[in-house]
Amino acid sequence: MHSESLNTQSTFPARQTGTRPEHPPGIPLAIHDLTVAYHRKPVLWDIELNIPEGKLVGVVGPNGAGKSTLLKACLDLVPLTSGWAHIYGKPYRKNRHRVAYVPQRESVDWDFPVNALDVVAMGSYRRLGWFRRVSKAETERAMDALDQVGIGHLALRQISQLSGGQQQRVFLARALMQDADLYLMDEPFAAVDAATEEAIVDLLRKLSERGKTCLVVHHDLATVTTYFDWLVLINMRVVADGPATETFTRENLQKTYGGKLSLLEKAAEALRSTPH
Amino acid sequence: MNWTGFDTWIVIIGALCAAACALPGCFLVLRKMSMMGDAISHAVLPGLAIAFLVTGARASVAMFIGAAIAGVLTALFTQWITRFGNVDRGAAMGIVFTTLFAIGLLLIRQAADHVDLDPGCVLYGALELTPLDTVTLGGIAIPRAALVNGIVLLLNLGIIGLLYKELKLTSFDPDLADTLGYSSQFLHYLLMTMVAVTTVAAFESVGSIIVIAMLIVPPATALLLTHDLLKMLLISVAAAVLAAVCGHIGALIVPGWFGFESTTTSGMIALASGLIFALAWLFGPHEGIVTKWRREAAIVPEPAPITNNSTT
Amino acid sequence: MPDLREIVEVLLLQNYNTRLVVLSTTLLGIAAGLVGSFLLLRKRSLMGDALSHATLPGVAIAFAAMVALGGSGKSLPGLLLGATLSGIAGVATMLVIRHTTRLRDDVAMGFVLSVFFGVGVASLRMVQSMPGASAAGLESFIYGKTASMVHADFLLISIVAGLSSLTCLVFLKEFLLLCFDDGFAASQGWPTLFLDILLLTLVTAVTVIGLQSVGLILVIAFLITPPTAARFWTQRLVPMLLIAALIGGMSGWLGASLSALTPQLPAGAVIVIVAAALFLLSMLFAPVRGVIPRRVQQGRLRRKVDRQHLLRAAYEILEVQAGDGPVVNEPFPLADLLAKRSWSPLQLRRILRIARHEDHLEIAAPGLIRLSESGYGEASRATRNHRLWETYLIQYADIAPSHVDRDADMVEHILGAKLVRQLETYLSDHDLAHRVPPSPHPLEPSARP
Repeated sequence: MHSESLNTQSTFPARQTGTRPEHPPGIPLAIHDLTVAYHRKPVLWDIELNIPEGKLVGVVGPNGAGKSTLLKACLDLVPLTSGWAHIYGKPYRKNRHRVAYVPQRESVDWDFPVNALDVVAMGSYRRLGWFRRVSKAETERAMDALDQVGIGHLALRQISQLSGGQQQRVFLARALMQDADLYLMDEPFAAVDAATEEAIVDLLRKLSERGKTCLVVHHDLATVTTYFDWLVLINMRVVADGPATETFTRENLQKTYGGKLSLLEKAAEALRSTPH
Repeated sequence: MNWTGFDTWIVIIGALCAAACALPGCFLVLRKMSMMGDAISHAVLPGLAIAFLVTGARASVAMFIGAAIAGVLTALFTQWITRFGNVDRGAAMGIVFTTLFAIGLLLIRQAADHVDLDPGCVLYGALELTPLDTVTLGGIAIPRAALVNGIVLLLNLGIIGLLYKELKLTSFDPDLADTLGYSSQFLHYLLMTMVAVTTVAAFESVGSIIVIAMLIVPPATALLLTHDLLKMLLISVAAAVLAAVCGHIGALIVPGWFGFESTTTSGMIALASGLIFALAWLFGPHEGIVTKWRREAAIVPEPAPITNNSTT
Repeated sequence: MPDLREIVEVLLLQNYNTRLVVLSTTLLGIAAGLVGSFLLLRKRSLMGDALSHATLPGVAIAFAAMVALGGSGKSLPGLLLGATLSGIAGVATMLVIRHTTRLRDDVAMGFVLSVFFGVGVASLRMVQSMPGASAAGLESFIYGKTASMVHADFLLISIVAGLSSLTCLVFLKEFLLLCFDDGFAASQGWPTLFLDILLLTLVTAVTVIGLQSVGLILVIAFLITPPTAARFWTQRLVPMLLIAALIGGMSGWLGASLSALTPQLPAGAVIVIVAAALFLLSMLFAPVRGVIPRRVQQGRLRRKVDRQHLLRAAYEILEVQAGDGPVVNEPFPLADLLAKRSWSPLQLRRILRIARHEDHLEIAAPGLIRLSESGYGEASRATRNHRLWETYLIQYADIAPSHVDRDADMVEHILGAKLVRQLETYLSDHDLAHRVPPSPHPLEPSARP
């Protein structure tokens, strides 16, 4: 299904006539010919990527490989040097409501005088529109979202008094409130406790069962194949993408990470533990 | 102390002005832009001078508009220099407001040949004299300054009441605001316009010292006392009003202690707000220095949770 | 209007009346440029703002004290001593707020600025009512009044400015370490607290001596504007310091001269405007980080990326056309090119126009294009470079992202000839017929997993 959607001849017939290509609306994220460069440095180049519906996608690669930039490029948060990223067949600004973004935790000021429930309720603001207040129904939904990530009892706690893991869960609950179809998450597993990691994985599974697509930037090679069913290995360019078990090979990893022995040993361990 | 109706008006005007400043000040402090109030209040000088040179009179409407435009331009230039020049925002702010202030001084120097327009008058204001300048409203003579600052306070209350959710969102997470379809740029400039208009209204009538202090100190005090945005807004308004009352009383009493005749109420209001901050810093219920010492001395094993979970 | 001789005289310090003014403000500008650079690097530019406002109570109290002791209250050293002490109190308050609350730098600075300034204004008003003393002129501290200074004052300013600059140069290495990474400096055994206090003392010194000549509000500009302007000219620290000192000195020199020549112009304001003009010029035109050169660079980069994409796409189309045989330069359909990239027809037309202008390709027939001889050479070179970078990225994936620089025309310049030969052998050890090594990944995207 994936390789077929990438077949230029069948997917992009419009190109032959010289008009803009049409994308199948079923694809949550399609990226074509994407290059991002800051000053002289390329950060991402020649990215061709199609993410199929309903998958839990891990984005894996070494530091500085452009993983976060890839997510930001999808959200118009960084300028593109060439190419485009389409969400359900349309540019991001036309399909904003179908995307929820979970940024890295450090991106906000956790000393801000709001409580967890307030932050989660922010996820409903698009539905509310200008001027309207957060309704009772939305507050209940926000409570539900907090319960889903397992911290309902902390709803009225000021956010600076939450642990790192709890803060991450608040962000996830906020993304749930956005009620999107495509979730882009930037390192949700970074520096969280084991319980939070488990809660996040649980939540991701639930989302994917409901047909949602999640793109998650991830670091830990040992857990990649257990958490995700689709993988994108990147190092400035896409090294490999596809079903997790097929993509997670020694050769692909070496292409992504180079000769870092410690990493490869870890990966080998992971390879042994995953059934082939 | 000799309290007259005059003093009552001074306190009312000071309180209205302080409250009007404290509201947008909360958002400035939360956005780490506390110095913006200071920058804007200096940078409006050329606006005042140009309005004066054009109209040739100290007509307050023209000067108000000129100053408000200069204030918004300060925010705009700062944003441009920060963005296009990749300059630290503090530095950009410093360059913009000092330059505008210098231009203002030159212009005033040119205007000074014709009429006395003292920059000192702009900076210090004369809160003490405001009750003299009255307008009649429904048969009652109300000081113009009370009217102006009252209107600004209502405007600020109205905007924050209407856009509370939006201001909270963009102050906390501007990226999220943009992805949710709320323009963080628009709200930034709205807030800056609010600050500019408040600043100009306040110091056209009472001087800029109150403005600079009230934009920062009461919100900072409130931030030491609460972890809730709504409570922060309320506490900062209360602290601002208290500072106005205590400041004027202080202005009447304190000079006598040192054998002087009088002083400015504006300066004393700033001092009073500083003292209120010091009290909150020392005795704040959760984070006060003395409170912490005493808590440690009492060796209470577990400090009480800070927010009340009882409402769940 | 002053005539030319007069202008030259003032600028060259030959005019006795203005010599000292110009010289002392120039020195002040140099000192402020140096000290301000460290503030900018520590992201504390507005510290000067807070500090200068915080000096006001000291001025008033020193005046009152001197009058009470029977003096005139206008002695500059006395007033400056008061200003220094209250400036230090301001800095101490800032540090206390920073270290004992969760409030941030900007709030701490704003607090000190407004409360101290309020106290200053209140106490100025009080001392103005002191019997037997005229405090008129004290307000010149706020706006600056160079004209009312006497010979000894200029000497004092020059000496303090000179000493501050000298201290900056003596402690250059230590300050740079402090600004760059104070945690590291502390771990290396440097007395960071002492250095921080020394730096703040210098800031206080410059602010206080600037008070009289340019005024309380405009001395802030002296500390902020020249260093920020210098930042556009260089990426390195020592040149930045020198340029900041130069810009500061020039602002002081030109500004003071200008104001000396046209007596209606207050010196402080003119100096600030000169500095702002130099800042604007730097921001727009400085070759390293200026706005316009950067814009030009960005446009150039974009065109370069477009050109590389075009040529590479063309070469890869030729490769596919050639199948297993050698690549030959023959016409190919425009539609293939459009399919390969994300260009809109409009963009493609623009890119093709540029390429034709550069003589890289020509229209063979409607809808068919053909690379020129030079275009073909460029295309194979661009493809080769791209593939070498790609291989490098695969082979040295762990260190590659920080080394890759595709803008470089020759890979060899960055990676060295030896490594490039290795990469080439790796790519083509099974296929030596191609001048361009084969792609490390399949060309047809449909062939990917």
